[in-house]
Amino acid sequence: MTEPDRSAPPGGALSLASPPTAPAPAAEAPPAARRRRGRRSQRAVRDGRVAYLFLAPWIVGMVVVTIWPIAASLYLSFTDYSLLRAPRWVGLDNFAEMLGDERLVSALGVTFTYVVVSVPLQLALALALAMLLDRGVRGLPFYRSVYYLPSLLAGSVSIAILWRQMFGTDGLFNDFLALFGVQGIGWVSHPDFALGTLVVLNVWTFGAPMVIFLAGLRQIPVMYYEAATVDGAGRWARFRHITIPLLTPIIFFNLVLQTIGAFQTFTQAFVVSGGTGGPSDATLFYTLYLYERGFGSFDMGYASALAWLLLVIVAALTGLNFLLAKRWVFYGD
Amino acid sequence: MTDTVLATQAVREESPPRRGGGRNPLRHALLIALGVVMIYPLLWMLSSSVKPTEIIFRDPSLWPSSFDLGNYVEGWTALGAPFHQYLLNSAIIAVGCIVGNLLSCSLAAYAFARLEFRGRKLMFAAMLVTIMLPIHVLIVPQYVLFSQLDWINTFLPLIVPKFLATDAFFIFLMVQFIRTLPIELDEAARIDGCGHFRIYWRIIMPLCTPALATTAVFTFIWSWNDFFSQLIFLTDQDLYTVPVALRSFVDGQGATSWGPLFAMSIVGLAPIFGFFLAGQRYLTQGIATTGIK
Repeated sequence: MTEPDRSAPPGGALSLASPPTAPAPAAEAPPAARRRRGRRSQRAVRDGRVAYLFLAPWIVGMVVVTIWPIAASLYLSFTDYSLLRAPRWVGLDNFAEMLGDERLVSALGVTFTYVVVSVPLQLALALALAMLLDRGVRGLPFYRSVYYLPSLLAGSVSIAILWRQMFGTDGLFNDFLALFGVQGIGWVSHPDFALGTLVVLNVWTFGAPMVIFLAGLRQIPVMYYEAATVDGAGRWARFRHITIPLLTPIIFFNLVLQTIGAFQTFTQAFVVSGGTGGPSDATLFYTLYLYERGFGSFDMGYASALAWLLLVIVAALTGLNFLLAKRWVFYGD
Repeated sequence: MTDTVLATQAVREESPPRRGGGRNPLRHALLIALGVVMIYPLLWMLSSSVKPTEIIFRDPSLWPSSFDLGNYVEGWTALGAPFHQYLLNSAIIAVGCIVGNLLSCSLAAYAFARLEFRGRKLMFAAMLVTIMLPIHVLIVPQYVLFSQLDWINTFLPLIVPKFLATDAFFIFLMVQFIRTLPIELDEAARIDGCGHFRIYWRIIMPLCTPALATTAVFTFIWSWNDFFSQLIFLTDQDLYTVPVALRSFVDGQGATSWGPLFAMSIVGLAPIFGFFLAGQRYLTQGIATTGIK
């Protein structure tokens, strides 16, 4: 995707954005093609000027709100900075501190556990429900809406408050257990279960990937199934050898997005734990720790180092996902 | 990403013919049971919000034995400012974000979808990468920047970036949509003497209404639910938005007043639910295109 744009005029008048592209192949082209290319480049030059006008807000945003902050946080990560005084260069001190930071270790542990447990559960449920809803279920729009609604609400503080009550000592969940004569505990305040309640919350949002699976399932031609049935394939064989292979691109797409999303969990953990990441750092998500260091104690230098580590982790995970994808994602012959 | 283009088209198509099992009662029982489990907590919160606090925990049933709006009255005034102040603050931010996203993202999308210019592939790739960039990576230097501009405790850090097309999801969404529109329309308009801005405004934008609606609905829900950046940029009580106000409510009152807390939580959820009902079609289309939630 990063190769130079071949449709741009070769060495043309515009050099606003990028250095000159590869040498023009136009010299070898027959005269007719060259004339056509010439006319097209004129249009392209006009287009180009207008295009940068259309893109002006985006370019400004990209530079000021995205690229500059990334660069600035790299610089700040080598400093001691509390906003009140100018940043003081401390070299690798922040990174050295990270190596011995036990809370960072818990934050990484909590976040990875959450991602590794909740994303597969959520996607499995999403796929199962998409299979159940696919083709021929009456009232499909209704079911789809009901399952999808939680995905929209789950990020809100209101739902986090509900969760905090539901899995509290007097909560709805324990009322439910009491029906079976089981005496529940305060799930959100128990170090072994607090993270589990947040996993449940993430699984509750399976509706969003489910809608994507449903759209993907509709792309699979019915005749594949019909042919397989004629050849004597059972339900499981059809699922295993038609649905799954043809759906792998969608599974992959959902996996990447939900992994990145799960890595950024903040609101729910913050509200459920009262802003502490407790009990005993059991819900100290990475973002929560970053917030605490950056905006609780105004350790902007250390927080920047944390932000960079997060960037590296997310990039590495996404890269790993793409690498592994070559082994299992099927893009057709 | 090309698969998601297919996904959008799929959503627009009618569903393929049924293949039996459409009325399988077992399957419906399963689907309904799961739906009930998923929605029960929401209904329970709604019904608890009209129960007196002392019976909320004794009464897990959905239908309240007594109906009482006292929690709403109490919750409305429980914080420093009346709750409509927070609703208004959230609404101002949401409207600002919607206008910003609609304008800036559609401008960028027109360029990416319809114009040829140097560096297009590179910029498009950069745009796609920013979709996956966590806000947490940028927040510290952004905070430094905005505090130097003296924008902390104003709505500007929350709204101005939207006018700079920082929500790249929507650029992507609109690019996908514009690419499905026939290019002959542009060419006809060009022959009639239209410039690019007029083609954009008079031809492409009106045809993009579904994509614009998806953008508006998602922008509303995201900005209404957004907690992280509002928590950081707004520390003045009078500027609190609904999520920040609810959080200070829950931390201030602890577990003593679930009734008013639930009542205000319901008030906070109601606009999202409204947008969900009104914009369902656009939501499912949008999510099938870009996988957002």
